[in-house]
Amino acid sequence: MSSYRIQGATGEWEVVIGLEVHAQVVSNAKLFSGAATAFGAEPNTQVSLVDAAMPGMLPVPNRECIRQAVRTGLAINAQINRWSRFDRKNYFYADLPQGYQISQLYHPLVGEGSLAIEADEKAGIAQDKQIGIERIHVEQDAGKLMHDQHPTRSYVDLNRSGVALMEIVSRPDMRSPAEAGAYLRKLRAILRYVGSCDGNMEEGSMRADVNVSVRKPGDEFGTRTETKNVNSVRFVMQAIEYEAQRQVDVLESGGRIVQETRLFNPDSGTTRSMRSKEDAHDYRYFPDPDLLPLELDEAFIEDCRASLPELPDAKRRRYQEELGLSAYNAEVLTAEAETARWFEALLTEGARIQKKGEAQVAKASANWLLSELYGALHRLGKTLEDSPVSPERGAELLALVADGTISGSIAKQVFEIMLETGDAPASIVEARGLKQTTDTGAIEAVVAKVLADNADKVEQYKGGKEALFGFFVGQTMKAMQGKANPQIVNELLKKALG
Amino acid sequence: MDWRADASAPSMSVDLTTVKKIAGLARIAVGEAEAEALVPELNGILHWVEQLGEVDVVGVEPMTAVIPNTLRLRDDVVTDGNVRDKVLANAPQAEHGFFAVPKVIE
Repeated sequence: MSSYRIQGATGEWEVVIGLEVHAQVVSNAKLFSGAATAFGAEPNTQVSLVDAAMPGMLPVPNRECIRQAVRTGLAINAQINRWSRFDRKNYFYADLPQGYQISQLYHPLVGEGSLAIEADEKAGIAQDKQIGIERIHVEQDAGKLMHDQHPTRSYVDLNRSGVALMEIVSRPDMRSPAEAGAYLRKLRAILRYVGSCDGNMEEGSMRADVNVSVRKPGDEFGTRTETKNVNSVRFVMQAIEYEAQRQVDVLESGGRIVQETRLFNPDSGTTRSMRSKEDAHDYRYFPDPDLLPLELDEAFIEDCRASLPELPDAKRRRYQEELGLSAYNAEVLTAEAETARWFEALLTEGARIQKKGEAQVAKASANWLLSELYGALHRLGKTLEDSPVSPERGAELLALVADGTISGSIAKQVFEIMLETGDAPASIVEARGLKQTTDTGAIEAVVAKVLADNADKVEQYKGGKEALFGFFVGQTMKAMQGKANPQIVNELLKKALG
Repeated sequence: MDWRADASAPSMSVDLTTVKKIAGLARIAVGEAEAEALVPELNGILHWVEQLGEVDVVGVEPMTAVIPNTLRLRDDVVTDGNVRDKVLANAPQAEHGFFAVPKVIE
């Protein structure tokens, strides 16, 4: 059970949260027209007469948008409705030329499903939890209004008008801001794996309406408010915290919660009522007479299913069970589709060069990626997508360590040079003479010199101060500029000191 | 509100308040006298349509048309757009490629 509680004057309060996530579908053309969807075009250039709602224009649904929503539904183990239908949601706003949004109220494309969030002690999520997803329906996005270009006018750009959105509606199953954050991150990861939405909250391709109510633990649900269009995980968590506390304050001072739409202010972290939208819930939905019901056959759905990649939960389990990675590494490597792709490219290439199974090269690959590569990318302000070192080059470097050509510490140096020059690790090692020495005679000579130069420490070692062994190893490696094979150094030192 | 709802549902009618509310939601200016005249007119239409409820449809699957028809889908190809002049041609006011409307700000 979640232990998140708000301490009020009258005792503890529990928070109940449901999220409606609007996710922009990845497609070339819009939901009902052949106009493009690309981000950042000149205003009103990606608008067809359908999107501008000129009289007599008829919508024809884009198969790919339907397919992406079905694939998303399958990825959350949801029921796919073979028969669904489009409805008109009627309201007036300057960014909505039709005067209605084509949506799906009564018969959504995707029915009941769920996703799992993982226990996270630091965040206060005590155990794994299934969050129910009530439905996913497909609908049109509206245009964009700009208010700061003219003193008395708002400018309207319809480029987004008619772009396909999935509305993904959760059950009121979350009980803390942390659970809501975990749900959003998991949902975003699934959308990115599936490729049905780029999950970019900053550009607005994913945004959430946040439903919050409070109650005394065990009571019936309280009245909820809906905070619209929150566009980051952090803001969603802030909006919940603020809104829950506000509701507790209202209730404890004898007031009651009004079911209403609210707006989040990211600068102050607060929400406020949108009074102008009082009438807004009277949408007078009715079936869109321009569109026949959408009927899907089994072949279409099976095709969608077959096109799904391995999803984050399955991948995480496989990394642990088959590759032998730690729970933590498996979690971090699978959290983002891009990380998993990079890791798997590294793994495949590593196994190929080293002629080993993937499980045999997995741990070293994971450790290198998460410590060396991530450290370097962080330092350079880059991400995996624009990493100066490719998975292939990374695998070559790890292979040189694995086959004893270079030591681990030399590998770090070689990696730094790779970051700067982009050269292949083998040629860096060759050109700079960094190859590890396995020449026993040469190492023996250095060992003898180190021991002779440190006769006092040798005495102490023989007197029982065994920790000094590391010192001798260090001195020997230093004298050989890190190029001695550490195993041979160990062996020879033991022999010489024994 | 399901369109497949039971046809024996109680008959629908509107009163003056409802007519004014609908007019408001539809952004149609309707005067007092006009609204009063609309009440019997709309009720007449509703009752006329409700005659359909008298048809015995037991055992008939709901349908959207008498001719079997399925929704056609389009391919995901960009075939339209780049017609800004046409899109803006009837705009009461357009500036810099945008529609310009009275300031609406929340």
